[in-house]
Amino acid sequence: MRARVFVTLKPSVFDPQGRTIADALHSLGYGGVQDVRQGKYFELDLATTEAAQARALASEVADKLLANPVIESYRVEIESLSGAES
Amino acid sequence: MKFAVITFPGSNCDQDAYHAAKDVIGEQAEYVWHKDTDLKGADVVVLPGGFAHGDYLRCGAMARFSPIMREVQAFAARGGPVLGICNGFQVLLEAGLLPGAMLRNRSLKFRCEHVHIRVEQTDTPFTSACRRGQVLKIPIAHGEGNYFAEPDVIERLERNRQVVFRYVTREGEATDAANPNGSAAAIAGLCNEGRSVVGLMPHPERACESILGSADGLVIFESVVQSLKSGALVARA
Repeated sequence: MRARVFVTLKPSVFDPQGRTIADALHSLGYGGVQDVRQGKYFELDLATTEAAQARALASEVADKLLANPVIESYRVEIESLSGAES
Repeated sequence: MKFAVITFPGSNCDQDAYHAAKDVIGEQAEYVWHKDTDLKGADVVVLPGGFAHGDYLRCGAMARFSPIMREVQAFAARGGPVLGICNGFQVLLEAGLLPGAMLRNRSLKFRCEHVHIRVEQTDTPFTSACRRGQVLKIPIAHGEGNYFAEPDVIERLERNRQVVFRYVTREGEATDAANPNGSAAAIAGLCNEGRSVVGLMPHPERACESILGSADGLVIFESVVQSLKSGALVARA
């Protein structure tokens, strides 16, 4: 199974990079982009073929290392080789 | 008295810390490689500045898993004095030895300059020779020193008097302009609840000789020597 882990700053945390990107887009004329939050994206190739196990494992490593819970939250998507599930 | 200076792959202020401890204040100092599993009988542990493990993922995130950190945790749990400088402070945060986390500087710029910090608390081993309210001129050099913790954590830190250093003007005033990175409550340095673990973003080891532009950092090293020699601290590695 493949896990996709999206790590983003928590809503309460100011994201200076996202703000700078939003400002740049506004100066390019994309006024319709109201806000930008920058984050990190991880793809984990997992040995298991069980979606539930894959989700549990991806969440565990996200808690332990990929995200810092003080400032970040994360979301996990699971995809099997034969087709997408989440 | 012996200082252990922990060297991670990517540490680059370990020699400055060693020089300050050994050559400037004349105490023993020893480098301890991050894969080592003992602190060589040290009385004080310094986590130096730099970019431990390349700062991959997040600053300090990988260093937390270095074998020596288990010893540092145990040393800190026994009340041993631990000083984390810049990246060393980030490692202490990631390791959970101090609360909070670092964000990119508010300006998004790497700031490398002398700043002024005010000593808020003198009952830590690293500020015991300071005067409360004393202003120190010390350099910073970081891109991610924007201290963050949730408001209730900041409140608890203030209530427990764990904010040890704050960014201020030369005159000692905490203004927004004097805050070089956007840190919450202008926090430049913190201690743990036991007060023996101290982390700060500015580099006192780079300000121990007047030829370097300031010798104000010396008092941090002198404080811990004085604390240990007076018997106020007894933990040993």
